[in-house]
Amino acid sequence: MNAHQSLAIGQPIETLEAISPAATEPDAMVRFEAISKTYPAYRGKPGVNALQNIDFAIPRGSITGVIGRSGAGKSSLVRLINGLEKPTTGRVIVDNRDISALAGRELRLAQRSIGMIFQHFNLLSSRTAADNIALPLEIAGWSKADIRARVTELLALVGIADKHDRYPSELSGGQKQRVGIARALATRPSVLLSDEATSALDPQTTRAILDLLANINRELGVTIVLITHEMSVVRQLAKEVVVLDAGHVVESGHVADIFTHPKHPITQSFLAEVIGDSLPVSLASRIVPEPSAGGQAVVRVQVRGAGAGDTVVARLARELGLDVSLLSARIDEIGGQHVGSLTLGIPGGEDAVTRTLAWLSQYQLSAERLGYVA
Amino acid sequence: MSPELINLIIQATGESLYMVGIAALLGTAFGLPLGVFLATSRKGELFAAPLVNRVLGAVVNATRSTPFIILVVAIIPFTRLIAGTSIGSTAAIVPLTIASTPFIARLVEAAIREVDGGLIETASSFGASPIQIVLKVLIPEALPGLLLALTLAVVSLLGYSAMVGAVGGGGLGDLGIRYGYQRFMPEMMLAVVVVLIALVQLVQSAGDYLARRVNRRLRHR
Repeated sequence: MNAHQSLAIGQPIETLEAISPAATEPDAMVRFEAISKTYPAYRGKPGVNALQNIDFAIPRGSITGVIGRSGAGKSSLVRLINGLEKPTTGRVIVDNRDISALAGRELRLAQRSIGMIFQHFNLLSSRTAADNIALPLEIAGWSKADIRARVTELLALVGIADKHDRYPSELSGGQKQRVGIARALATRPSVLLSDEATSALDPQTTRAILDLLANINRELGVTIVLITHEMSVVRQLAKEVVVLDAGHVVESGHVADIFTHPKHPITQSFLAEVIGDSLPVSLASRIVPEPSAGGQAVVRVQVRGAGAGDTVVARLARELGLDVSLLSARIDEIGGQHVGSLTLGIPGGEDAVTRTLAWLSQYQLSAERLGYVA
Repeated sequence: MSPELINLIIQATGESLYMVGIAALLGTAFGLPLGVFLATSRKGELFAAPLVNRVLGAVVNATRSTPFIILVVAIIPFTRLIAGTSIGSTAAIVPLTIASTPFIARLVEAAIREVDGGLIETASSFGASPIQIVLKVLIPEALPGLLLALTLAVVSLLGYSAMVGAVGGGGLGDLGIRYGYQRFMPEMMLAVVVVLIALVQLVQSAGDYLARRVNRRLRHR
């Protein structure tokens, strides 16, 4: 786990010393140990290596995003955590218990401490909101009175106390997912698995549901594992991220570190979804490889890290005495770090460009010359 | 129509309802679990037992392909073993039950298979046992379909029951054939058909009403 090295990045030394041993050596809620998962060939279809050499831990109390394209192995991964699937090799330790070794009644008891919410909510159409939430409690053998009290509490927690007697067909998508969340939390699990839980919701509802999950994490201390293909979900909610591609973990660590310095092309492509990697069409079409008299050089500056981009343009203009123009900019915040790019127009010929690039590299800002515009 | 004939119709209606009612109850008692098992025992399913599934499926198909009248006479020794006699309404319940069980099982299987597989996964994810999944998820979620299936089974049983006259089972169909056809009394035939139509309408309407009432998938109001 590269979490402890990455903790240091962007943080003053004093705060590092203040961090307790528990935080630097995080207590894992879920730990994958040398996991591989292979689906055997069946009815003429070839076998699939869904997951290979998976080794990472999800810290207790964290919100961890697992992001990947479809087919990357996300669903297999989440189903290993709650024992719906068994690994081909390796172990999955959940809350200090090897869930991959459990079966039958023992597994079912362990599953009660792992809640799960789904993309399509998976509510029983024959039960009201309250009765849907009651289902895991009935299965766990709670008394009727205890169930009633707990359901009322949960409906209030997810903010739909007035929907007690409504059937799923009478609820909106966001309300259905709130019922799903209440149901997943009913047996007071220590882990909440979210399998693309907001993928069927509109952006506004998605935001509300993600806020609710953040509250739950904060107030109940439930570890949340977010399976998603949407970068915006990870950006808004997760503190830790695991990037999956073709059954492998390609990067993992703090969201801020991973996305300020993405190494793998997949991670870079996810980042591009948020910050936009391409220039505006009108600008891109004007860029030519050779300079022209009175034109500008086009320089793109990558902005990574806290406050990195704030004053670049102003300082560059002042210190080098250049009339720098801002052609295009996109800066976003991921995990408290600024991530994005500035596209600058530098007048004054080759000399000015060289001085600009030298000035930028002095501040560890990576920049490249894209060409020239008239 | 003479009061005597009307009495015959009333008596025959009672016999039909008796045979069909008991056979439907027994057919459901055997067919429901059988259907649930057929729907959940293929490879990778809740009660995975692919071999048993295939064998039971073959038995169900064989029973369903045997013409009912042949089934009635073919199992006379078995009927005598179970009912103590091979003639009369009570004896007729045996072949009616045997014919309706695989029929109901297939209808139940279809209704259960309609339930979203995601719900099984959901219930498993919070630690439900296979039996709990059947009782708390599959059957309640399939209930509208199950009620319609049962309605269809009762209507079919009314049709089958016309044939048990062959073993002295009585009932409306038998009355229609003996009086209406063999004694050339078209008005008797007509009366029997009218009563059967009314019964089928009644059963179907009741079934539709119940299925609609338990169906929460549609938006109401």
